[in-house]
Amino acid sequence: MTVEAKPVSRYTTAARINHWITAISLILLALSGLALFHPWLFGLTALFGGGQLTRMLHPWIGVVLAVSFLGLFLRFFTLNFWKREDTVWMKNLGSVINNKEEGLPELGKYNAGQKLVFWGQSILILLLFCSGLVLWDTYFADATSVDQKRLAAVVHALCAIGAILIWIVHVYAAIWVKGTLRAMTRGSVTGGWAWKHHRKWFRQEVGKP
Amino acid sequence: MSVLQSLDLRRRSASPEPPPPAGKAPAVEVAKLIDVSKCIGCKACQAACLEWNQLDQPIGYTDGTYNNPTDLTPASFTVMRFTEYEHGDDFEWLIRKDGCMHCADPGCLKACPAPGAIVQYTNGIVDFVSDNCIGCGYCVKGCPFNIPRISKTDSKAYKCTLCSDRVVVGQAPACAKACPTQAIYFGTKADMTAHAGKRIEDLKSRGFQNAGLYDPPGVGGTHVMYVLHHADRPSLYAGLPDNPRISPLVGVWKGMLKPISLAAIAFAGVFGLVHYVTRGPNRVTEHDEEEAAALEKQKGA
Amino acid sequence: MTNSWNDIKNTDLVLIMGGNAAEAHPCGFKWVTEAKANNGAKLIVVDPRFTRSAAVADVYAPIRPGTDIAFLSGVMRYLLANGKIHREYVKAYTNATYLVKEGFKFEDGLFAGYDEAKKSYVDRSSWEYQFDEQGMVKADDTLQDRNCVLNLLKVHVERYTPEMVERITGTPKARFLQICEMIASTSTGERTMTSMYALGWTQHTTGAQNIRSMAMIQLLLGNMGMPGGGVNALRGHSNVQGITDLALLSTSTPGYLVLPTEKEATYEDYVKSRRFKPLRPGQTSFWQNYEKFFVSQQKSLFGKAATKENDWAYDYLPKFDVSYDVLKMVDMMAAGQMNGLFCQGLNILMAAPSKNKVAAGLAKLKWMVVIDPLQTETARFWENHGEFNPVDPKAIQTEVIQLPASAYAEEEGSATNSSRVIMWHWKAVEGPGESKSDMEIMSALHLRLKALYAKNGGAFPDPIVNTMWDYKSPENPDPAEVLKDINGYALEDIPDPADPNKVLLAAGKLLPSFALMRDDGKTSGGMWIYTGVYTEAGNMSMRRDASDPTGLGIHPNWGFAWPANRRVLYNRASADPDGKPWSQRKKYLEWNGQRWAGGDVPDYGPTVAPDKNVGPFIMNQEGTARLFARGGMPDGPFPEHYEPMDAFVANPLHPKVTTNPVVRVFAADAKSFGTPDKFPIVATSYRLAEHFHYWTKNVHNNAVLQPEMFVEIGERLAKAKGIANGDWVEVSSQRGSIKAKAAVTKRIRPIMVDGKPCDIVGLPIHFGFVGVTRKSQPVNTLTPPVGDVSAQTPEFKAFLVDVKKTTPPASQPATA
Repeated sequence: MTVEAKPVSRYTTAARINHWITAISLILLALSGLALFHPWLFGLTALFGGGQLTRMLHPWIGVVLAVSFLGLFLRFFTLNFWKREDTVWMKNLGSVINNKEEGLPELGKYNAGQKLVFWGQSILILLLFCSGLVLWDTYFADATSVDQKRLAAVVHALCAIGAILIWIVHVYAAIWVKGTLRAMTRGSVTGGWAWKHHRKWFRQEVGKP
Repeated sequence: MSVLQSLDLRRRSASPEPPPPAGKAPAVEVAKLIDVSKCIGCKACQAACLEWNQLDQPIGYTDGTYNNPTDLTPASFTVMRFTEYEHGDDFEWLIRKDGCMHCADPGCLKACPAPGAIVQYTNGIVDFVSDNCIGCGYCVKGCPFNIPRISKTDSKAYKCTLCSDRVVVGQAPACAKACPTQAIYFGTKADMTAHAGKRIEDLKSRGFQNAGLYDPPGVGGTHVMYVLHHADRPSLYAGLPDNPRISPLVGVWKGMLKPISLAAIAFAGVFGLVHYVTRGPNRVTEHDEEEAAALEKQKGA
Repeated sequence: MTNSWNDIKNTDLVLIMGGNAAEAHPCGFKWVTEAKANNGAKLIVVDPRFTRSAAVADVYAPIRPGTDIAFLSGVMRYLLANGKIHREYVKAYTNATYLVKEGFKFEDGLFAGYDEAKKSYVDRSSWEYQFDEQGMVKADDTLQDRNCVLNLLKVHVERYTPEMVERITGTPKARFLQICEMIASTSTGERTMTSMYALGWTQHTTGAQNIRSMAMIQLLLGNMGMPGGGVNALRGHSNVQGITDLALLSTSTPGYLVLPTEKEATYEDYVKSRRFKPLRPGQTSFWQNYEKFFVSQQKSLFGKAATKENDWAYDYLPKFDVSYDVLKMVDMMAAGQMNGLFCQGLNILMAAPSKNKVAAGLAKLKWMVVIDPLQTETARFWENHGEFNPVDPKAIQTEVIQLPASAYAEEEGSATNSSRVIMWHWKAVEGPGESKSDMEIMSALHLRLKALYAKNGGAFPDPIVNTMWDYKSPENPDPAEVLKDINGYALEDIPDPADPNKVLLAAGKLLPSFALMRDDGKTSGGMWIYTGVYTEAGNMSMRRDASDPTGLGIHPNWGFAWPANRRVLYNRASADPDGKPWSQRKKYLEWNGQRWAGGDVPDYGPTVAPDKNVGPFIMNQEGTARLFARGGMPDGPFPEHYEPMDAFVANPLHPKVTTNPVVRVFAADAKSFGTPDKFPIVATSYRLAEHFHYWTKNVHNNAVLQPEMFVEIGERLAKAKGIANGDWVEVSSQRGSIKAKAAVTKRIRPIMVDGKPCDIVGLPIHFGFVGVTRKSQPVNTLTPPVGDVSAQTPEFKAFLVDVKKTTPPASQPATA
């Protein structure tokens, strides 16, 4: 029997709730947004009780997301500053993708990919929020010109697609890298996972009660 | 409007193009011709529109002009726009009946995400089908003429229907019927274009060298056309667009962005799948666990 | 209208002046667009404001309100000076060649015969022709005699040079001359001009003379009786023509017969001055038939009680001392000389000038009955509406009784339009609530009064107890039966004068034409001009055959046009003295050897050959039209420019006689007129296309289209007064003040009058304190209590005001 290290705490309960609120709203926004984006997907409005309700709910979910994501941002932004090892990691992205991680620098709590996801979503959600307000005719129809609304529509669509793509990367990474998901479900990861992927962070965390 | 419509469709919002109706001769394209040079701004058309469509426009206030209501609303599908145009010693009071132009290439329909909320009949009329409208306001953004208005009451978009309910039974739109000076003509687009030709000739004989027909090609032509004394400068008439076209932004948004986006999402999904299948999951090895345990022990020691 | 709405399509030139057809008559204006689109016609609009008519005009000229006679006299001068008159027409069909008495003169703004003390031309004897021994008018066909009408006219208008016209009217000289040239182009017989006017000409102290000036121009151009010609009054209400025909005027009886004056004590006194004998050889002088019309009318009114022995009940008619027009009534009310008032379809508080005077008068009444389909300001004059009607209800003791009447769509009957076409209308819906038709209300009142007089007698109950009311259902007569009564019928067999054994019309039959009316009591007919509207062939006003065989817009089988279904009056004048059309292009009637042929009913003996030399103006004793009015007008046989009573300048032509010298000013109103030192801005009132008088402010959709009172102010004045678009402005006159939102516009063009800038403001009349539009003080708060010298039409179109920026009106206090 192999000797195993104790699990390492990665996310507090509050952080996990915050994450999942964000996640659920993002998924709902993606579904409702895509429903209004492409006619092929209009059927998704059925999930929200029809087109009118979809149109009505989407911006409110957006508000939830914005607030919730702000929470995540405040929690994590200091951990997502770019470090020298992130550049090295990025240079070796090909190896990472090919599951060849030998010779990569030791990493803190987040690797460069995760940081890019973080900053990417931060920027996109900010843009989505702002452009979303411009498009929220129920309350703000008179605040902007039609041309501004048109620009907002394009910005909103582009950012949404970007956010969805990042989300796919984010979710896939969690599936691909085994042992990741429990960080957001149970709040902890195994010592081995921490050693393998975030050794510098593990070195800080190991032994803490 | 048009819940009971019995007209064939040429286009339907957020839907594939319907096939041409089988066993029928192609529909004749209709058009409303608004002869600005004959219009006396009496607003009989506005009154007729309110009456026929049973609209309940609230009583407003005057803003010191003859524009009442001051803008299109969900309950005012058409308004007169008065422009005082001074040039040298001369003066003209340009009066234009504003409302939906029923574009051949309708920006509203292009922008609409709700299947069947906006339809274009084979006769050219562009109509809003309230039952299908979700109130998103995309039509407002799609329209190059700033026409649709969203009701605060029922969150649906409204605009001139060209009285599709009258046209389908062989009647001219209410506004055309009410116009005392025949400034509003209604008929086939070909007839209206020909009639406009005569009117333009008359206006040229009266010194309006730039008289012409407003049937802007940028939106594929319209089924509401204007005879203008100054066709070289449509914007004189309360900002009628000189060269209207669907905004390039709307073109991007409702054009290439849609397939590219879906492709990108699909590609990301497929990439993940292929990667997973070919490269397999990234697992923590026993060695990693041992290393972790060792470090833990060392730290704990 | 001398012509008809439809006839306007035949014209080559439309002059809209003294009216705003596009806004006030948009449906009739369609014929202007027809003429423009299909006949190449040009449209001229002369108006103080650049109106919606002007918006579709080829030429627009600004004019100072109240100076139309100066403009039109200037046109006459231009036509005469440049030989642009239809010479043959003028010589043959007008009194141009007739010689006027030596004593006639015009000096320093006054014609001969003026009595300074009485403010009246007491002696009009010199306003007359020279007669020969046979009592026929002397004429000089060479037009050489300095006393012939044309030469007198030339002298009279000589003062109206283009420079003087510009000085008085503010119309730029170049624009004025451009218009003169266009008008002159219709002097050939090949082309015609139509004149369309309305209250912009009538509502002046010189109202009737404004219209006369145009009639004279049309005569000089040879445009009277021509297709696409004429002088065309655009009537306002759908049936105001009908009500005028049926004696709206306070000194008339139906059909433009004259109510006797107190000087005409006997029937003989009355008719002797009305049996107009011809003044030229061979003339018709159609008014020679006056007695036939009068006696038939008396038979219709009093039936068997009107007999030859009692002079056809002549004594039953009231004999007037002075005109009891609406201005006089208001003056008497304000002086406490009236106890009661019936306001039937009249919102007098807004419709008569000087609202404050009207309100004071109403408050002195014991009772007032308001018969109207709508709530009116008049019925609510006692009610406090805050700033909009600041009265103290406790101080007003007038008892107001409102009788709800049905509106036109809630009753059947006939209505007469501007084209004189009588058209039947059918009931569409029942009137709401307790409303009754005006006829039912008046019948009930009549029968009750009659019963009271029959029971109680009185000083002279005969006219009332003997009024004939033999309708099948007297409480509520069938309108068709009343129309039959107006048309008239034979009371006895009418023998053929040519063959006494032949009967022209059997007793009891409806009269087919007024030609069958008799002065011996054999016929009854309520109003001769309508005779023919309801014959044995049926109710002609119900005809709806739109066919127009000649294509000239005659439509002979659509309704019935009085008189005699004639669509263009004086149409004999469309042909030359030989009976040939003046031009093929303007062919209307022609002599075909046997009779007058054409699409219309000839205004002439249908078989009277041209060589009989009967003039085309058969109503006149001369057979010709009058460029010189003889004694017919109270203020002169030629029109003369007089300033409005609120005079902006001293009359540049004769500063000592600035305003109309014979204007009636009540003693109580002596201080009611403004002067330019206190009120330096000229104001005019007008109507908007979106509203109909004071009615449609009760209608939601009309209120949507024009919700609120405003005042149109030119940019020059707005800048000087620091007023921006949408600001609240106080407009004040010598009579009172109102508040309105400023509509600052380029459409009121800056003009110069007599060397000084003249600013004009325009005030729509529609808004009051009752209805669904935003509340407003009525505009007639500002207008002077004075009327046209001929018709007493109030001077609503030209008065002086001042404007200044102010605060919004305080909201109205809650009603108790």
